[in-house]
Amino acid sequence: MPVPAALTRTSTDTHCPYCALQCGMEVRTAEAGVSVAPREFPTNRGGMCQKGWTSATLLTSAGRVTTPLLREHRDAPLRPVSWDTALDHVASRLAELREQHGADSVGVFGGGGLTNEKAYQLGKFARVALGTSQVDYNGRFCMSSAAAAGIKAFGMDRGMPFPVSDVAQADAVLLIGANVAETMPPFMRHVLPAARSGGLIVIDPRRTPTAEQASLHLQPAPGTDLALALGMLHAVVADGHLDHRYLADRTSGFDQVWRIAAAWWPERVERVTGVAAADQRAAVRLLARARNAYVLTARGTEQHASGVATVSAWINLCLALGLPGRPGSGYGCLTGQGNGQGGREHGQKADQLPGYRKIDDPAARAHVAGVWGVDPDSLPGPGRSAYELLDALGTGTGPRALLVFGSNLVVSAPRAGHVAARLDALELLVVADFVLSETAAAADVVFPVTQWAEEDGTMTSLEGRVLLRQRALSAPHGVRSDLELLQGLAIRLGQPAQRFQTEAEEVFEELRRASAGGIADYSGISYDRLRAGEALHWPVPGVDHPGTPRAFLDRFAHPDGLARFQPVDHTGPAEPPDAEFPLYATTGRVLQHYQSGAQTRRVPELLAAQPEAFVEVHPDTARRAGVHDGQWAAVTSRRGQVLARVRCLPSMRLDTVFLPFHFPGAERANLITNPALDPTSRMPEFKVCAVRLAPADAEALPA
Amino acid sequence: MTPRRVAIIGYGMAGARLADQIRRHDPTGRQVSVTMVGAEPHPGYNRILLSNVVAGSMGIEDVLLHQRDWAERNAVDLRLGVSAIGLDTGSRQVRLTGGSTVDYDDLVLATGSTPWIPPVQGLLDDRGSLAEGVVAFRDLNDCRQILDSAPVGTPVAVIGGGLLGLEAARGLTGRGNPVTVVHQVGHLMERQLDPQAGAVLARVLRDTGIEFRLGRTAAKYSVGKGLELDDGSTVEAGLVVVSAGTRPASELASAAGLDVERGVLIDDELRTSDPHVRAIGDCARHPGTVSGLVQPAWEQAAVLADLLTGAEPSSRYLGTQVVTRLKTRGIDLATMGEVHVDTDCTDAEVVRLEDPARGRYAKIVLRDDLVTGAIVLGSPDAAATITQLHDRGIPAPTDRMALLLGRALPSGVESAGVEADPAALPASTLICRCNTVDKGRLVTAWRSGARSVEDLVTATRASTGCGGCKAAVGSLCEWLTDQTPTPAENPRSWAAT
Repeated sequence: MPVPAALTRTSTDTHCPYCALQCGMEVRTAEAGVSVAPREFPTNRGGMCQKGWTSATLLTSAGRVTTPLLREHRDAPLRPVSWDTALDHVASRLAELREQHGADSVGVFGGGGLTNEKAYQLGKFARVALGTSQVDYNGRFCMSSAAAAGIKAFGMDRGMPFPVSDVAQADAVLLIGANVAETMPPFMRHVLPAARSGGLIVIDPRRTPTAEQASLHLQPAPGTDLALALGMLHAVVADGHLDHRYLADRTSGFDQVWRIAAAWWPERVERVTGVAAADQRAAVRLLARARNAYVLTARGTEQHASGVATVSAWINLCLALGLPGRPGSGYGCLTGQGNGQGGREHGQKADQLPGYRKIDDPAARAHVAGVWGVDPDSLPGPGRSAYELLDALGTGTGPRALLVFGSNLVVSAPRAGHVAARLDALELLVVADFVLSETAAAADVVFPVTQWAEEDGTMTSLEGRVLLRQRALSAPHGVRSDLELLQGLAIRLGQPAQRFQTEAEEVFEELRRASAGGIADYSGISYDRLRAGEALHWPVPGVDHPGTPRAFLDRFAHPDGLARFQPVDHTGPAEPPDAEFPLYATTGRVLQHYQSGAQTRRVPELLAAQPEAFVEVHPDTARRAGVHDGQWAAVTSRRGQVLARVRCLPSMRLDTVFLPFHFPGAERANLITNPALDPTSRMPEFKVCAVRLAPADAEALPA
Repeated sequence: MTPRRVAIIGYGMAGARLADQIRRHDPTGRQVSVTMVGAEPHPGYNRILLSNVVAGSMGIEDVLLHQRDWAERNAVDLRLGVSAIGLDTGSRQVRLTGGSTVDYDDLVLATGSTPWIPPVQGLLDDRGSLAEGVVAFRDLNDCRQILDSAPVGTPVAVIGGGLLGLEAARGLTGRGNPVTVVHQVGHLMERQLDPQAGAVLARVLRDTGIEFRLGRTAAKYSVGKGLELDDGSTVEAGLVVVSAGTRPASELASAAGLDVERGVLIDDELRTSDPHVRAIGDCARHPGTVSGLVQPAWEQAAVLADLLTGAEPSSRYLGTQVVTRLKTRGIDLATMGEVHVDTDCTDAEVVRLEDPARGRYAKIVLRDDLVTGAIVLGSPDAAATITQLHDRGIPAPTDRMALLLGRALPSGVESAGVEADPAALPASTLICRCNTVDKGRLVTAWRSGARSVEDLVTATRASTGCGGCKAAVGSLCEWLTDQTPTPAENPRSWAAT
């Protein structure tokens, strides 16, 4: 709430703690308490959603953890202990495990919400202090498919290779599996100009609030996006919209792609997707006739076992229309988590080193080892990807201990029941968080850490711009930063203290050196430049370099400068519906909650607006299943069952139900999701699985 | 292990698909060696796209199924420009024109079909070939011939008002040829359409410039003049396109003694009466499908590839639920299943909607809530939805009429908030989704003293997210202002309704 002007106060410019839009906000501290308000910033243009407005609530929430917690053995309760006790306990257990079972017996799991400095330090901690290859993070569940497809096509993955505000200049925008009106509401400010001129196209199996504002909504069956992209590519050619000159000058590989798309004429695609051939053509026509057009993908089309191929198919469509690398047009992936972009660049990913370097590249290893002051040969190789890591926990070949930072796996991982069982099988689970998340509650040791307003750090937003989040207030007594936690453990594991700095700016200085010469080159960025308000989009290879707001204008990042068409074909969902499980289930978000809901469910105003899990279903499908609007239903897949309150919606497809995944316990949508993995990105298939719908057992209902 | 030797006769859509599917399972040819025999001198082409070539929107290169180096890259022994002229099932050998032979473990006949030429005087010349100015719309050469012999403006007669005849006719009008379609039945596409739908379709096509002579047969063709019909009338035409049906190309099978009856007879493993010979596509006849369409051929190819590579030995072809789509620009027609059932039928539910003036016609046939047949013309959304219900056996929604009308587009609360009368909105109507602000909260804020848009925004945070409800907040504020009693007036109630 705005604070009366009469009160003395201090105000700090910062950014919202939640999604990748990183809305500009100010934090005001006054006698009456802490409050936040939006400020003018290019990504949000002064707007802020309910999550942002209420974000200060968590700083003083009773749900905050303010002391380390430890349980003596698996059946004992978590009890408060001192930092030294907790650190000593964890470090000695880790050392023991390493001694007995080797370095890979300890795993590390990071998050896309961590600052660049934390993500960097966490990867370094894993490789240097623990010597383990078993480090990955929840971004594997978010942007990894788009990232891999971007690298294949363009040679570089920067989610949006242009500033967000460019989108407002376009007269056509295609959003694919992106419900921005709920997931990043102020983003709609950039889309509304296109929407008002009839140029907003939305592809989504649901009629989302975003789709409701579109002039054309294509509603494919879940898991059929790739076929839709092929049908639209076919229409580009058949209807004469192919940009021949762009194809010749800036791309390679179209012919092979066309032989595949030629077999997907729109009428054939219609039978697979349910999207009218006429609508496929209309969408293509809108994009082709627009002076400027953007195609933006998000999780809906990416979180599939064929996610990389699907995004590649969308990029193929963009290339055929000549959009990428042209001023005012392009392809972008809407990164989701607050630091989803930076989080995938600095080495908390199993196959990566800082600067978006590959861990199996000898030159990259030598460079990074040099910055870290260690022998390149001491660095481990690539480890397991996120789900494979979780699936291996406590199995004999997998890690016996896991350190979790900024992730609530019990709720957010696919096949969550199985993942929770794997966590239970660990000898040691350590969680760093500022609330007692469902995962923290299951841990042996919990470390209470600082929140966004209580620490410095940089974030890289969805447009690849590096932002400084400045400390606005001091942390509660008993709480330390993740950097301090890592140093405390590192020292106890025999590392020199100065190798693990605790001041964010110092860590960033090291990150600059580690990233220098890499794809995501931050070497020219400094806190001073950021404090001075410079808008710096990476790569920034020198202190005099102005940054790269628009990449690819002259050339793509492959050695030959060309974008590469990828020959991909439609295969369909890993688990199609059948007689036993006749419906598609898809999962997603609501406006009021963020990710697993660990934070937003602890904000009373947000919880009041969306208190429980629900399942959206067509009224006829509900009737046939014997469930009723407002009552509880059980949604069951081969992997488990989730309870949710029925919401009948006539706009739903007859064959599809939708569940938000923010809720805990028996209401976890991820109890049913399918961990089938993409062969390249190792992305699980969150967005489609086969289920049946039935009335919930009265005894099983949530209290 | 010696690879299993598979010989495919026919490099059309069925044969090419089979080769692709085999290589999908066995990319290097370790399990299965493939020899492909194609009569034409170029790679197979996508027949579906031929009307685009006629209409000029695609070139010939665009419709080729494979790149020119496909065979080399995929370990396929490709024999182009030769035909199979003899089959010895005993020694498992095929004889080709030019004298070469192919030995096989498994032979696949994918020889397709040939056009049927109706017995019209003058259509065939003395040697039994098509007369000058007559072309069958079947292959790439036919397309070339159409393009070469019918410059823009040349009147063209099409014999046959079935699917392919109409697609050809539409392609030709698309490039600027006046076209007359002669069809011997009283309405178009009589296999897939009822008479009413046929009439609406003819009306739509007439608007694109096609003329029709329905219920008429051609009696005589004269080079340079055109057709004389059975009623004595004439159709002037510089080119006659024959699209009167096809016949399975099963001569090779017949001569080898395989069972043939309107196609090479096959079972669920695509096997002919000889266990080492299979057949797929238009040359084959399976009890579960009709010929002449791509979809059954591709489904058969997928099953056969599963079997020949051993990838899925239990795979079976059980027939195809055919959906027919007229693929011409600007006209959207889908038909499927049983269509010749009328509304007075007692054992099926039939719903029908007709708007001939706007080119729309929709009819669904249902049994036990399942769509068993449908014709949908001029309503693309409805066609897409109904096709999926039919294909996947999903029960139809109870609101049948909404189904026929196409995708219902319930307007969201946001747009209702902008456009509807604020007074008429219930208090629980969400005005600002981004901050969960309903009308009731705005009214309450007004009562608490927030008397301007700015104050309402400060008090409730409405419109501070995406900004999309700004206009709605504005009109609510206006309405509240209007409703607020001034001292001179009678107080009126302005409580949220």
